[in-house]
Amino acid sequence: MSDNHAPRTASQRVAWITTVVVASLVLVFLMAPILAIMPLSFSSGSYLTYPLPGFSLRWYEDFLNSPRWVSSLKNSVIIGVASTILSMVLGTLASLGLAQWKSKFKPLVLAIVLSPVVVPGVITAVGLYFFFAPLGLTGSYAGLILAHTALSTPFVVITVSATLQSFDMNLARAAASLGASPIYAFRRVILPLILPGLASGALFAFATSFDEVVVVLFMAGPEQRTLPREMFSGIRENISPTITAAAVILTTISVILLATLEALRRRNERLKGNLR
Amino acid sequence: MTAAFVAGADASSEVPLKRRLKRAERTRRLKALALILPLLLFLLFTFLGPIAGMLWRSVDDWEVRQVMPHTVAALADWDGKDVPGEPAFAALAGDIRTARDAGTVAIASKRLNYALNGFRTIMSGTARNLKTLPEPGTAKDTLIGINPAWGERATWAAIKGASGPLTSFYLLGALDLTRNLDGAIVAAPEEQAIYRDVFGRTFTISLGVTVLCLILGFPVAYMLATLPTGQSNVLMIFVLLPFWTSLLVRTCAWIVVLQSEGIVNDSLRWIGLIDEPLRLIYNRFGVYVAMTHVLLPFMILPLYSSMRSISPAYMRAAASLGASPVTAFLRIYLPQTVPGIGAGSLLVFILAIGYYITPALVGGAADQMISYFIAFYTTETVNWGLASALGAVLLLATLLLAVVYGKLVHGQQVTGGMKN
Repeated sequence: MSDNHAPRTASQRVAWITTVVVASLVLVFLMAPILAIMPLSFSSGSYLTYPLPGFSLRWYEDFLNSPRWVSSLKNSVIIGVASTILSMVLGTLASLGLAQWKSKFKPLVLAIVLSPVVVPGVITAVGLYFFFAPLGLTGSYAGLILAHTALSTPFVVITVSATLQSFDMNLARAAASLGASPIYAFRRVILPLILPGLASGALFAFATSFDEVVVVLFMAGPEQRTLPREMFSGIRENISPTITAAAVILTTISVILLATLEALRRRNERLKGNLR
Repeated sequence: MTAAFVAGADASSEVPLKRRLKRAERTRRLKALALILPLLLFLLFTFLGPIAGMLWRSVDDWEVRQVMPHTVAALADWDGKDVPGEPAFAALAGDIRTARDAGTVAIASKRLNYALNGFRTIMSGTARNLKTLPEPGTAKDTLIGINPAWGERATWAAIKGASGPLTSFYLLGALDLTRNLDGAIVAAPEEQAIYRDVFGRTFTISLGVTVLCLILGFPVAYMLATLPTGQSNVLMIFVLLPFWTSLLVRTCAWIVVLQSEGIVNDSLRWIGLIDEPLRLIYNRFGVYVAMTHVLLPFMILPLYSSMRSISPAYMRAAASLGASPVTAFLRIYLPQTVPGIGAGSLLVFILAIGYYITPALVGGAADQMISYFIAFYTTETVNWGLASALGAVLLLATLLLAVVYGKLVHGQQVTGGMKN
């Protein structure tokens, strides 16, 4: 696909250069604010302004010495991991079922499964707030894990279904014809091939929970405050450099997730390439 | 998966093949359903049930029914033309005494106060001053003696209107409508009629953000789709990294960048363009900037994937047939990107109308969208009926747009950490 729209005439070249300039400015717009606040977290001063008076790690120290921030990070990880595991189990089973289920109700079921993505967060949060309060699930880890699982599962179903779609069922048949039991075939043939897809689904699920704040705002008690929830309060009150340190920590985790996802995607491409 | 076929092979040959196949097919279907069912049941409990419950609250009128059952019963066949007779007053006096002893007066007065401003005072004053149950036959005079409002039709119409079991009161309220004394639907009084404005504002901001995302996203998607894969993959990081960065981080970043001591204002002052800092945050401008930033990847990704599939041969053909670059672009390239434009714009718009966090943090009082009011009535003033009714309207709008979106992209799916 190289140089497929290679500009040939002068006017085309002008148009192409203009596009590249405008597009690059937009890419800068996307990245700049995130890059702009990162250095502030390493400032030795307590104002969020440039130029920095000096370099220090005091705000990270502040973050790590604050029980509030540390427990919020812990909560984010606990709720994220638990809801990822739960949504992986439910979502993978459902994807396997959906892959071999032919029915006129399939679009409806798919719509239901994917609906948590489309429904505004506030509506989900308010509904859960009313529904979980009498059950004693508000202000509890269980309630938040259940809510986040509902929000993450659609992404698991989307990624795992896409993986299953590109999976060649003949491989399973070949394994069976060579005498493998269905379970052995699943373990030795199917699972290794769909594993990258499963892992991507898990990453999406974790990222969804890790970044979610609206449901947490309504449902979490003081004990269950997550990192984004703590940041929300901080931004509301007054942005201290500690918040920029929290932002850098959150962004680092996002970058790790994204890099892992990209590595998985490439490995998958390679695997597919080898099979052909 | 293949087990059904393998197992079918050694089944007794007495059974005709057709029936065996049918049976195998049915087993397969049941197996598939058994795999989907856990998730459906789970969602019923954690998602569909709660939302149905919210919708129910928008029409459920239980307070007055529960606190003042005798009054509700006495008003059942009241025609609303004149102040009701002695039996209704007697029932009301009884109900108020009972409610006072049970401490439930406030529940009913809160609901009645929505219908008629000042009703809370009428109720609490009456509950306080009604020392004993009035003698039979004197209830009407006693109550009107305590508060002349009991002698007015509107007071009783409010009770009758709130008698339940179902009400259109909250849903009408969400649309700035109310019922007058005769039950006809009329415009709500000025001071309560704010929701059409809020919906209008939500719509305006969402549309503005969608247009901005399209204007900014189109050239980026075009460039990424046109460059060789290696280069476009590198530049894709500029789109994906913000996309994966927490919404809170990005909102916080914009506040830091745009505040009066922020980088933008400092730079402008340093250049000498301005003397006084510009107000760039906690207003509509800030909302547009931050929301466009957050939603832009949702526009770029579907656009990019639709442009990726456009064959460059068409443009070459157009050029070889003598079309100018502009004509070729407008007549050949642009029409082929319409599905991508439609998908991206709808997705951004759907996500924007439900937005809460960003406007709440970077907007002023006049920039709050419908989600803010739903949250406000749920947690601050605890008017759950109205919160649910506003939620119902937002949900309806979202689902209608989602259906259109589904028809448009049927099958292609855009994944990504949806953030609101």
